[in-house]
Amino acid sequence: MSYKCVVLIKQVPDTRAITGDAMNEDGTVNRSKLASIPNPDDLHALEVALEIKEKFGATVTAISMGLPEAAQVLREALYRGADDAILVTDRRCAGSDTLATSHILSCAIKKVGADIVLCGRHSIDGETAQVGPQIAEFIDAAQLTCVGELKDVDKNSITVRRVLDNGWQDAKAPLPCLLSVTDQANEPRVGAATRLMKYKNATTSANYDGDVNELREKNLLIEQYDLDQIGVDLSRIGFNGSPTKINRTQKVILEAKEVKEISPTQEGISAMVKELIEDHSIN
Amino acid sequence: MVDVNKKGDVWVFVESLGSKVEDTSLELVGKARELADELGVQVGAVVLGSEIAGLDERLICCGGDKVYMCQDPLLAHYQVSSYSKVLCDIANEYNPSIILFGATSVGRDLAPRVAARLGAGLSADCTDLQIGSHKDSVTGKTYDDILLQICPAFGGNVIATIINFDKWPQMATVREGVMKMPELDRNRKGETIKHTVNLSKEDLVVEILDELVTEKTVDLKGSDVVVAGGAGIGSKENFKLLWDLANALGGVVGATRPAVDLGYISEEHMIGATGVTVRPSLYIAAGISGALQHQTGMWDSKKIIAINTDPDAAIFDVAHYKIVGDFNEVIPMMIKAIKAKC
Repeated sequence: MSYKCVVLIKQVPDTRAITGDAMNEDGTVNRSKLASIPNPDDLHALEVALEIKEKFGATVTAISMGLPEAAQVLREALYRGADDAILVTDRRCAGSDTLATSHILSCAIKKVGADIVLCGRHSIDGETAQVGPQIAEFIDAAQLTCVGELKDVDKNSITVRRVLDNGWQDAKAPLPCLLSVTDQANEPRVGAATRLMKYKNATTSANYDGDVNELREKNLLIEQYDLDQIGVDLSRIGFNGSPTKINRTQKVILEAKEVKEISPTQEGISAMVKELIEDHSIN
Repeated sequence: MVDVNKKGDVWVFVESLGSKVEDTSLELVGKARELADELGVQVGAVVLGSEIAGLDERLICCGGDKVYMCQDPLLAHYQVSSYSKVLCDIANEYNPSIILFGATSVGRDLAPRVAARLGAGLSADCTDLQIGSHKDSVTGKTYDDILLQICPAFGGNVIATIINFDKWPQMATVREGVMKMPELDRNRKGETIKHTVNLSKEDLVVEILDELVTEKTVDLKGSDVVVAGGAGIGSKENFKLLWDLANALGGVVGATRPAVDLGYISEEHMIGATGVTVRPSLYIAAGISGALQHQTGMWDSKKIIAINTDPDAAIFDVAHYKIVGDFNEVIPMMIKAIKAKC
């Protein structure tokens, strides 16, 4: 039995490295100032897929929706062991919220077919953790969120340990199933040098001047789809099709408080403690 | 899809453990009360489970007007397939204007699936909710009395206000501990509505093989004093000094994400964007540089003392008392001063 795994990988700005000069005056983020990386949790999802491939037999397809540059995160998935990659890119995607994005990605998944869909628990830019469950709804699959460990896969089901607020849960779900994977699940492998040498030349047809079939034969083609090719309902996507809209964004400005400098001596500290007892901060 | 219903109530999806409503859900009922009063509608609390008798009273005392009791043995354990079915059915029947969920393991699992089925908008991890208006920049149309869903984005570097004016209900998950616990009013009256659940065994898709539920042993949210340490504490052993100070003050120990990641202290002590939000009377930050991701979890504290050897540490921007020094020296002085005064 070979399972068909689809891993969703998002290209994200490295928000962990955000500094003041990456922020615009109006509170939006200047993405060009930040490095683009594969979303960290998604690499844990890819690793679970590769684990399924190695232990139980599977093919692993990486899918990303984004700008043409997102081909880079797909290349990185190929370095690590994905069998093939698909880029969904279309200007009409712009302005899509989580629900609209989930619709688009679910159309791509339906086109290629999947027994197991894997994604990261959340992305470091949006941090909503919504796309996984919403895709599960649209492809009519079971969902196991917050996966911390892969336990077993058999003919009709998958078993994982979920990591929850107050403990854990071992759960078994029928296939098809969507897993959202946490960073506790594994240590993602780095790309193999031989794969890197081969797949650094992988590209989409839009970026290739030569014969695309030649690329495909060498397994170096990153398939590229627009929304028409995967049957997206255009009324459900983009700015107009997205139920949520942004009313405003603000840069976080820390309120300057009246700060009292206390000298690190017993006298200074004792005076501070006295003040805090008097104003009932310490009871 | 649920129609835009300006007269629709403000609902809370209630989580309970045993015979107790979770604090998060009570906090949401308190917030829902404010929103409903502003809109001139009622607060509905939706409870799903197998043994939920009596929970309605508490929800009414905390501000609920109507409690929808969905009782069925098949709802004994949470799972997304059965819970989403019941919740979508009841939402379609009563047409609420707003549904709030806690940003808990359950809320984050359930809310997106329900939103997808209802075709509704959902915002994540809100830290504030208000009623306001929105002018659409494309059509020029103004939408009044809609839910402003305020949430951090981009790793806490941006605060976004999300709205949803045409695909209802307006749905949001709300971070634990950011809404205030409502006061209990034992004289409040409300209505309990028994909702008939239409479930079969086929609706339980997932088989739960085993689970471990641990009681939260650290009450970060409920403590008046929090003594928190960051990576600057340097080791698990050094954290002992923080415990000593917390004990002297009758408080608890908290930590930043880096301190947890370094293994100085367990995850249940974590404060910040990915941990718990606290607002104690006194917050003492030791060896904490003050990354935004931590600050968002503590800046509402009434008094903040920051101890750091770096005079330019960002934590001093939000502090009331700035102590430039080594916590190894400063904390024993504090303990001494407290013991002398009490």
